[in-house]
Amino acid sequence: MATLPYLPHTQADIRAMLDRIGAKQLDDLYSDVPSEFLKKGAYALPDALSEQEIRDFFAALEAQNARLKVFVGQGAYDHYTPSVIPYLTQRSEFLTAYTPYQCEISQGTLRYIFEYQTLMCELTGLDVSNASMYDGPTAAAEAMKMAVSCARKKNRVLLSKALLPHVIKVVETYAKFHGVEIGYVPAPDGQTSLEALQAELAQDDVAGVIVPSINRYGIIEDHSGFADAIHAEKGLLVEYCDPSALAVVNTPGEWGADIAVGDGQPLGLPLCYGGPYVGFMTVKKEHMRKMPGRIVGQTVDKQGRRAFVLTLQAREQHIKREKATSNICSNESLMALWVTIYLSLMGPEGLKEVNKISADGAHYLKAELLKTGQFQDVFPDKPFLKEFVLKPKKFPGQLQKKLEEAGFFAALDTEEGYVSFCVTEKRSKEECDQLVKVVKEG
Amino acid sequence: MKYYDKLIFELSKEGRCGYSLPVNKFPAAPEVPQQLRRQAPLRLPEVSEPDVVRHYTNLSQMNFGVDTGFYPLGSCTMKYNPKINEEVAALQGFAGLHPLMHAGLTKGANKVYQEMNKALAAITGMYTFTFDPCAGAHGELTGLMIMRTYHMMRGDMARTKVIVPDSAHGTNPASAAVCGLEVVEVKSLENGRIDVEALKPLLGPDIAGIMMTNPNTLGLFETEIKTIAKLVHDCGGLLYYDGANMNPLMGVVRPGDMGFDIMHLNLHKTFSTPHGGGGPGSGPVGVAKHLEDCIPDLRVSGFHGNFGVILRAYAYILALGKDHLRQVGQYAVLSANYIKECLKDVYKLPIEGVCKHEFVFDGLINDGAHDDVPGATTLDVAKRLLDYGFHAPTIYFPLLFHQALMIEPTETESKETIDTFIEVMRKIAAEAARDPNILHDAPHNAPITRPDETMAARNPILKYEW
Repeated sequence: MATLPYLPHTQADIRAMLDRIGAKQLDDLYSDVPSEFLKKGAYALPDALSEQEIRDFFAALEAQNARLKVFVGQGAYDHYTPSVIPYLTQRSEFLTAYTPYQCEISQGTLRYIFEYQTLMCELTGLDVSNASMYDGPTAAAEAMKMAVSCARKKNRVLLSKALLPHVIKVVETYAKFHGVEIGYVPAPDGQTSLEALQAELAQDDVAGVIVPSINRYGIIEDHSGFADAIHAEKGLLVEYCDPSALAVVNTPGEWGADIAVGDGQPLGLPLCYGGPYVGFMTVKKEHMRKMPGRIVGQTVDKQGRRAFVLTLQAREQHIKREKATSNICSNESLMALWVTIYLSLMGPEGLKEVNKISADGAHYLKAELLKTGQFQDVFPDKPFLKEFVLKPKKFPGQLQKKLEEAGFFAALDTEEGYVSFCVTEKRSKEECDQLVKVVKEG
Repeated sequence: MKYYDKLIFELSKEGRCGYSLPVNKFPAAPEVPQQLRRQAPLRLPEVSEPDVVRHYTNLSQMNFGVDTGFYPLGSCTMKYNPKINEEVAALQGFAGLHPLMHAGLTKGANKVYQEMNKALAAITGMYTFTFDPCAGAHGELTGLMIMRTYHMMRGDMARTKVIVPDSAHGTNPASAAVCGLEVVEVKSLENGRIDVEALKPLLGPDIAGIMMTNPNTLGLFETEIKTIAKLVHDCGGLLYYDGANMNPLMGVVRPGDMGFDIMHLNLHKTFSTPHGGGGPGSGPVGVAKHLEDCIPDLRVSGFHGNFGVILRAYAYILALGKDHLRQVGQYAVLSANYIKECLKDVYKLPIEGVCKHEFVFDGLINDGAHDDVPGATTLDVAKRLLDYGFHAPTIYFPLLFHQALMIEPTETESKETIDTFIEVMRKIAAEAARDPNILHDAPHNAPITRPDETMAARNPILKYEW
């Protein structure tokens, strides 16, 4: 058997260590395990591969995946990633560190989290950010729990039916087990209905309401009057947002929201089949002590120099155990670094330009697709940025297949029988024209 | 490591930029209507690409990782993170996959999940795994949801309590509470194991199950596991295994064979994926065959879990194969026992006997608690270790001891590294006896000295003001 390069123990090392312990052989170190639990016989695993074999293996596996131009969003957006980001996030001082428990030798991690918190507050227009959550849907689920915890006696949380489907499903799962009742606010004309919301609020049991800043149809929602209506009933307004789009659309703070959540993926994270992404949460200052997750704060060291530490830990599981605000421990720190570097590189102008090119591209594609006569516009008067839905005039299965064959992932089916498209700054006008050509020929 | 004081905002200058985008060839779309437009100015850093690279490189140099040095952080399994794993995860054929692509477009990715499922089942003795949870605590929550689903599907609605040992990780009771379960604590015996006699009266028709980790957080094997499993099963409950402590069992013992019904694994611990300064992790949950039907309706994360992490772990499993699996567990245990034996004359070892992958000292023998004998606390020892180029062990956990110092060396550290660590730990003990102030003031060589944590909590500054 070849030596595994990750294991430095020589036979002489093992012998010397066993002698020091007073054991004859390695098996003696398991003398406290009842013998019936010691695995007998070989494990059903393949033989060990060398590094070159591993490389070849994954090259073959990778080739089995389709490589398509992505014209779909629905919670995962194919934005451009500057090459600086993977380069810097691969630095092993960041990559191979644990949670920054020993702050004196973790100032790198603590500083970038502090920068990340600042950036997320800036984008969302709220006061306090945590260090990150798993992804957007789980961040929404945490916001649901937080709303109930802040409201004390009220135990119902309303979800807009225009939230992305996967967000609704995850919140429902958490709610079922946490004992929270879920209600729904319809969005009959492509926008969460204020009237329907008010009717639900009148039942006097609503702890919070989660609405999308930009919804599953790609529509930029108008939340005028939402915060007032919800606050009048002592509930919390939670805005689910695409943080990239917050460069150009109303912030949760401007809508009067108490909590903003969402997925940081559109900020330059690779699609990577759904993860790792990074959930974010920002809140108004008065809710700071109810917020889940790690938080980094600024202080000084003994010499009076600026220093950063994990703070407000009395909220957390390792102190409060079953009384903690959440069970979250590991989060998505490295992806928060990714987002931080992305926003630093793009700056205000870059982020606005990303939105501009994406929106221009999406409006162009939508107009060209409508010209083919094969789709109906569903929400003709509603404003959108990079994502939109159309109603196909015939069953879209064959079209989708044709698009795949031509190298496009586009026209994703929705629950409502629409097809969804998305254009980011990575898609060129030529690619849009080619896609439309395939549709025409279809 | 040297102190570097900038924040990215302090490098910003109007007009600088760090990006390049293609020329926009599309006709202009209608503007976002005025009432939907962002009103506040967008304040983001304006910095050039070299500024960004230098800034984050400087930040990284204030950090300590496994690649920097020995990281004996108990319960965290800080083993070496193989570089081929990173290469694999970066392949464009994986990184470019949209999560909503149908299975026909993602055959390579599907195979990763299938093969990982088989491999983890073989290693743990469970029947099948779900890969949706993104971290260990997320796995615990998912596992408890499965536990509750099992009881609910049988129409048994009364099982609302879960038993958790007093030595458990803090996430265990927290996950139970998030899952809507009431936590019942069971005490440990003097020998660090669960008190079976104290467990018996807790069992009844209201018990959904028990959460355990074996070896427990003291690094000790729960020798009564067979009895415990029988008692819990006889009362109608299930056994949950917290996989944070799976490393010593690799290739030697399988949780499924010990009677556990549900478990999670931390791919970012046992399966070598990097911790990234606090994530991304991955916490797949395995179940025994009779719980297979309890998984499908549980949607606990957006798409398919942290695929990039799962890929890395798969590359690690392929490197191990069946040949090296046992070495992982055995060498991890060997190194822990060796350190324990070499230091127990200067650090308090509360419970004698063979340990598994980690063990707990209750501080220095000269712990500074007596005015006439100089000494130092566990915090002081931890901070002094930083001066000598080591990460500190986990401190003040588990809560069973006042000065807990929890050491986990893992299998990827050489005898030379371990011997140097032992030498330094003895040196620190000697310093504590001779001149404890060196320890009280430590670290001396880190980028910062000890920070004022009270001030940070009393007057929270949680973002940069500009």
